[in-house]
Amino acid sequence: MNGGTAGVPGRTFEQRAGALLARPEVGRNLAAAMDRSVALRDAAFRGVDLEALRAAGEAIRAHTVADLARYLEQWAEEAEARGTTVRFAADAAEAVAHVREVVARRGARLVVKAKSMVSEEIGLNRALAEGGVEVVETDLGEHIQQLAGEPPVHLLVPAIHRSRAEVRDLFARSYGVDLPDEPERLTRFARERLRERFLAADVGITGANFAIAETGSLAIVTNEGNGRMCASLPPVHVALVGMERVVPSFRELAVLLPLLTGSATGQRASTYVTVVGGPRGPHDPDGPEELHVVVVDNGRSRILGSRYRSVLHCIRCGACQNVCPVFRHVGGHAYGAVYGGPIGAVLAPLLEGVERWGDLPFASSLCAACTDVCPVRIPLHEHLIALRADVAAARAGALERSAFRWWARAWSAPRPYRLLATALRLAQVPLARGGRIRRAPFPLSRWTRDRDLPAVARRTFRERWRRGEGGADGA
Amino acid sequence: MPANVSLFVTCLVDLCYPEVGRAAAALLRDAGVSVSFREGQTCCGQPAYTAGFPLEARRMARRILDAFRGGDPVVVPSGSCAAMIRCSYPTLFRGEPEERPARQLAGRTHELSAFLVDVLGLERIGGRLEARATYHDGCHGLRELGLGRQGRRLLAGIEGLELVEMERADACCGFGGTFSVRLPGLATTMADEKLAHAARTGATLLVSGDAGCLMHLGGRLSRTGPALRPAHLAEVLAEAGGLG
Repeated sequence: MNGGTAGVPGRTFEQRAGALLARPEVGRNLAAAMDRSVALRDAAFRGVDLEALRAAGEAIRAHTVADLARYLEQWAEEAEARGTTVRFAADAAEAVAHVREVVARRGARLVVKAKSMVSEEIGLNRALAEGGVEVVETDLGEHIQQLAGEPPVHLLVPAIHRSRAEVRDLFARSYGVDLPDEPERLTRFARERLRERFLAADVGITGANFAIAETGSLAIVTNEGNGRMCASLPPVHVALVGMERVVPSFRELAVLLPLLTGSATGQRASTYVTVVGGPRGPHDPDGPEELHVVVVDNGRSRILGSRYRSVLHCIRCGACQNVCPVFRHVGGHAYGAVYGGPIGAVLAPLLEGVERWGDLPFASSLCAACTDVCPVRIPLHEHLIALRADVAAARAGALERSAFRWWARAWSAPRPYRLLATALRLAQVPLARGGRIRRAPFPLSRWTRDRDLPAVARRTFRERWRRGEGGADGA
Repeated sequence: MPANVSLFVTCLVDLCYPEVGRAAAALLRDAGVSVSFREGQTCCGQPAYTAGFPLEARRMARRILDAFRGGDPVVVPSGSCAAMIRCSYPTLFRGEPEERPARQLAGRTHELSAFLVDVLGLERIGGRLEARATYHDGCHGLRELGLGRQGRRLLAGIEGLELVEMERADACCGFGGTFSVRLPGLATTMADEKLAHAARTGATLLVSGDAGCLMHLGGRLSRTGPALRPAHLAEVLAEAGGLG
């Protein structure tokens, strides 16, 4: 698929990233888009005491997650009291089964769907399609990705790596239409097409940004209004919610909503915030006949009891992806997991194991820009360091392990350290020219492939210092 | 004002860039403090820490704790290694017998430019150097220690030196310690983006407070580079002040 980046070859992050780096237009498009997002975010918070707001956001999330069982229970009680059917799913299979059951009972053939990362996590679209149900993504970016047969490349902007010409070509191939590559025309076409599907759908599926415990309701944040359409037009609404997305009441929502939209898209408020309070009541003029909410665990309660608990504070704004110097060059598909970027590099190994995703915590230069931008102050880069230790304990190669062990032993005493400097100086004689090494043996060959390495100095600082050249005598 | 400081040159400066250590010592002495060098110092242990080997990192860090016993401020010509001691040692030694000395060392460890400006209250080094320079913020210095303005202020005080900001000066250059060897393709792509931004300012000097970033960027420059000279902040300041 032209412009697509899913299914890039490679079993490891490095291989997939390498395949993407070989297509510089991918990085160029992405980097430009990420720069725009960062600028919008900065502008949205100008004149706001952002640090105070982040601290408040962190406090709310920490408080709620620390008492998650109680808030979830309260939310479920309130929701059920208003006629909502609540199901808890321990894993992806259970979550899928709940949704399929509702869809089957209604004999649904057509499902319209708003953006939901949890649905990506549980592989819902494929499962429904296998059951002969047509699923239509209605977020424009997600719709484009669906036409291309690709998962989203970014948490918030799923097709951000694509040019408008690519979108036009996709529409031409999928719908047999010949449109100019003008965003307005393409959007209008998609909107008209999707409107028909909204009206014809048997079931609407959405995610939810927050579940409000005090009222048992859900808050769905969108800019296209498609979330509201999915939640209100079809006779049945199914919502998927990660179990950590509870807030105690609307008071806390008032802090988290502007943090979310400001961090995500640089908006003080999104175009639509839909609060779903339950299915249609006897006096309501519209709304779905049934509302089913599937609360998905799928590995989260394991994180709850670990030192990584604060990663459950995440409100999925995508800001860490926007500022990440790694993500900007390769995008989400290099990570291979459902969640990419810094949050994905933390979440994927926690949700699905370090055996499978052990290379993701290393897909970071640990620059800490993610930690700095996170609206709820998750110490993402510290989690990455801690995860690296978990990965090393589980699967570090014997060579690397013994190298660090040996190095730590040697360098924790000054004498072997000095001897090593001497040894390196001797070893580099055939390699160094003018203080530079152009080709070094493995593993430093990975450095010298594209960069020179400095040679060990003729005299180290400590040798100079001893001779009074470091200025030990005050010279 | 402290009368004595202990210089932690870092392993990279000791082994590969001794002139940076020499410049740092000269700047400190010129600012009126006497400088000592503890022979027991080697490496702060950051490579092991970030590679996921905390046991090995602690072993290295104990060497540093031991080498810098006492009460003198420890000055480091690297934002990254200073941040390792200031911000990561307390985490690394949490619950360990050395937690107290680790915290104590963290509290009296300073990156060079922060020590000169914030602790000694230096306004300017002065001196003269004809150059157009641009400043790259090292990530750990910037985000963990809040560095950036100190180095720029000292550079701006040099007569003849024009300081030009590059786009994304605060973005990672792609060094990232072992990252630069684990993912060389990405590291190099990040370096190229950084170097393109630096070159666009028309600068002749690419200044940073971290030898690690400079090793990476300089290593790339010597393969492909535009006409930019990578230089450590300490060297530029010492050169301008005639403290060579």
